Amino acid sequence: MANSKSAYSFAGKKQKLDTHIIVVWVDNEAGVLARVVGLFSGRGYNIESLAVAEVDQKENISRITIVTTGTPQVVDQIKLQLKKLVPVHKVADFKREDKNVIFKEMALFKFVANNVKLNRAFEACKKFNPVLLDKTTKSNVIQITALRREIDNMSKNLKKFGLVSVSRTGAVAMTRGSEIFK
Amino acid sequence: MPKLYSGAEIVFKCLEDQNVSHIFGYPGGAVLPIYDELKNFNSIKHILVRHEQGAGHAAEGYARSTGKPGVLLVTSGPGATNAVTALTDAYMDSVPLVCITGQVPTHLIGTDAFQECDTTGITRPCTKHNWLVKDVNDLASVMHKAFEVATTGRPGPVLVDIPKDIQFQKGKYKNFKKVKKLNGKSHDNFSQKNIDELVKLISKAKKPIFYTGGGVINSGPKASELLRELVYATGFPITSTLQGLGCFPADDNQFLGMLGMHGTYEANNAMYSCDLMINVGARFDDRITGKIDEFSPKSKKVHIDIDPSSINKNVKVDLAIVGDIKSVLTSTLKTFKKTKNNFSKSNKHQTSNWWEQIQKWRSKRSLDYIGNEETIKPQYAIERLYELTKDKDTYITTEVGQHQMWAAQHYKFNKPNRWMTSGGLGTMGYGLPAAVGVQIAHPKKLVVDIAGEASVLMTMQEMSTAVQYNLPIKIFILNNEYMGMVRQWQELLHDKNYSESYTAALPDFVKMAEAYGCVGIRAKTPEELDDKIIEMLNTDRPVIFDCLVDKQENCYPMIPSGKPHNQMLLGPKDQKDKKITGKGRTLV
Repeated sequence: MANSKSAYSFAGKKQKLDTHIIVVWVDNEAGVLARVVGLFSGRGYNIESLAVAEVDQKENISRITIVTTGTPQVVDQIKLQLKKLVPVHKVADFKREDKNVIFKEMALFKFVANNVKLNRAFEACKKFNPVLLDKTTKSNVIQITALRREIDNMSKNLKKFGLVSVSRTGAVAMTRGSEIFK
Repeated sequence: MPKLYSGAEIVFKCLEDQNVSHIFGYPGGAVLPIYDELKNFNSIKHILVRHEQGAGHAAEGYARSTGKPGVLLVTSGPGATNAVTALTDAYMDSVPLVCITGQVPTHLIGTDAFQECDTTGITRPCTKHNWLVKDVNDLASVMHKAFEVATTGRPGPVLVDIPKDIQFQKGKYKNFKKVKKLNGKSHDNFSQKNIDELVKLISKAKKPIFYTGGGVINSGPKASELLRELVYATGFPITSTLQGLGCFPADDNQFLGMLGMHGTYEANNAMYSCDLMINVGARFDDRITGKIDEFSPKSKKVHIDIDPSSINKNVKVDLAIVGDIKSVLTSTLKTFKKTKNNFSKSNKHQTSNWWEQIQKWRSKRSLDYIGNEETIKPQYAIERLYELTKDKDTYITTEVGQHQMWAAQHYKFNKPNRWMTSGGLGTMGYGLPAAVGVQIAHPKKLVVDIAGEASVLMTMQEMSTAVQYNLPIKIFILNNEYMGMVRQWQELLHDKNYSESYTAALPDFVKMAEAYGCVGIRAKTPEELDDKIIEMLNTDRPVIFDCLVDKQENCYPMIPSGKPHNQMLLGPKDQKDKKITGKGRTLV
């Protein structure tokens, strides 16, 4: 008793964290993103990345893809709390390791360097569907799509080829095969 | 061409169609068009409070004592921010509220206009949902949707923010239709299989306990009836959370009293040692569970709740039944009666050891206190209040602190919706305005706010409301001049360093009562207490009762922080005994 000076209990043991991709279909209305993001910050859940855009203009539905980490219990809570929000239609949850789901992020790289380096930079991006979006004698802009960690590595490794600026999206996800999430 | 109405008219037409008879509010610049329209709607009575927080708590008291949603109407900016505490309180305790706020005209939103604030932004985390109405033609459907969201599923507060120009504009009124499921958010989500499993667990249990909460009350009076039927049919012991008091008669032998931090010894030990825990509409709150790793280690846990996110949030359960308590209990009873007729008798031998053990815990008499002939013990004051009011259908509200726990321990509730207290948020200043709301809803009934002198000062201005509407509420202050619960923690955990917990310069509550135009009564000794309480009860006006109680008394029993249920700290009487036997130390 002497060492406990709090009216609250102590934090329990730390559990293992998993990375999950949560996909949320919402009514595309003012403030809906704030509701979803506010739920995360208010309850202390993590957001590693976020992607959101309208996917059904007729029905006015947006699809929000959130990468998060948490214990299984926390991930369950995230899903259940999200489902309680009035503008939320459905919530899907995938583990990052799930082989049946495709995850992709996009990144734009700007290089400023001589021609040799610029060519090498493009060469280095080969594995990740590079698209040359802009080219001058001194610079180029390359778009790649890849996994988060691959983009992390690329942004480190490409420094030597004159990488000066990186812009990247959050992850988007879709299941493989003919099935869709109901 | 349908008839067009102004936004302000639409607000009232919606309230009329939702059968709202009372709204609690405070006027201001951004809601004046709505206030202007009030005179044209006779079926709706407006109660003018003295502070918007008071409007919120009054609406809560109204809602919790009737089961209907409470409605409050406040202005933009400070009106809205003042209501935030009450909205958060209602959110934590699942009270249906509809808060209508004025907002600056649409073209001024975002310009830092006079009395502008981001109301929907500020209230987003403390409402189930909120709306900023930017088109008068959306107003009717938003208003009706607001009532639907507030009252369905797990109830809670909602907010509708209406800019002043929308209140003036003309638009169409649409009545509401009883709609299907709310956006897939139906909550009866259980199957007969769940029920069969529950009945199976019940029939096997040797050390069962029902752990019931506010969800039973929220599910309506019928749910309490069904609960009683099930508890009698099983012969199992039952304990209740703070919010669930009243759903089972407190004077019944099967009732073990409240559980949790200041719950009874028998209830907490039974929770720790049981082999089957049936949670009916409670949420494993941290004041209930104590140390979570050691919470009821040997039991199978069943959780019946309307809110799927309450399941497995704090405690992992073995069987989850998601649904309205009323429908779950109806199905359970049906199955139970079909398969286990005469169960309580046939099962007696199976639980007889358990009941014996419970009697042993009971014999500790953990709510006992050491009486005194010179000073009034706070527990004694509540006991006397109970004895003198138990024959009336009394409604009790409380503030927050020691007096609240003593009220929960010593006042015995036999009916649902008679007990209004701020549990989740723990809002000091809740009880007085809540009593206003309760008395509005039940004009002929006795309404008592069991208060502490520190809490009650936080919303004391609402006495003025009580006087204005002739609401004979009784403010029963247990006055110990301390923030008692703070002092208790400081005594036990901070080496008696009573930092800022003593209130010097308290007002004279009797004179204060007179200044407000109500009646002040003071009781100083146990001897005069009964007469003074009777005097209070015979006064058909608002009363402030200043009951001077022992300043040092602590609220026992208690579960010290970070301890499991079976390591309770008992009262001074027991502590003394313990010192002699030397066993007491293990409890501390």
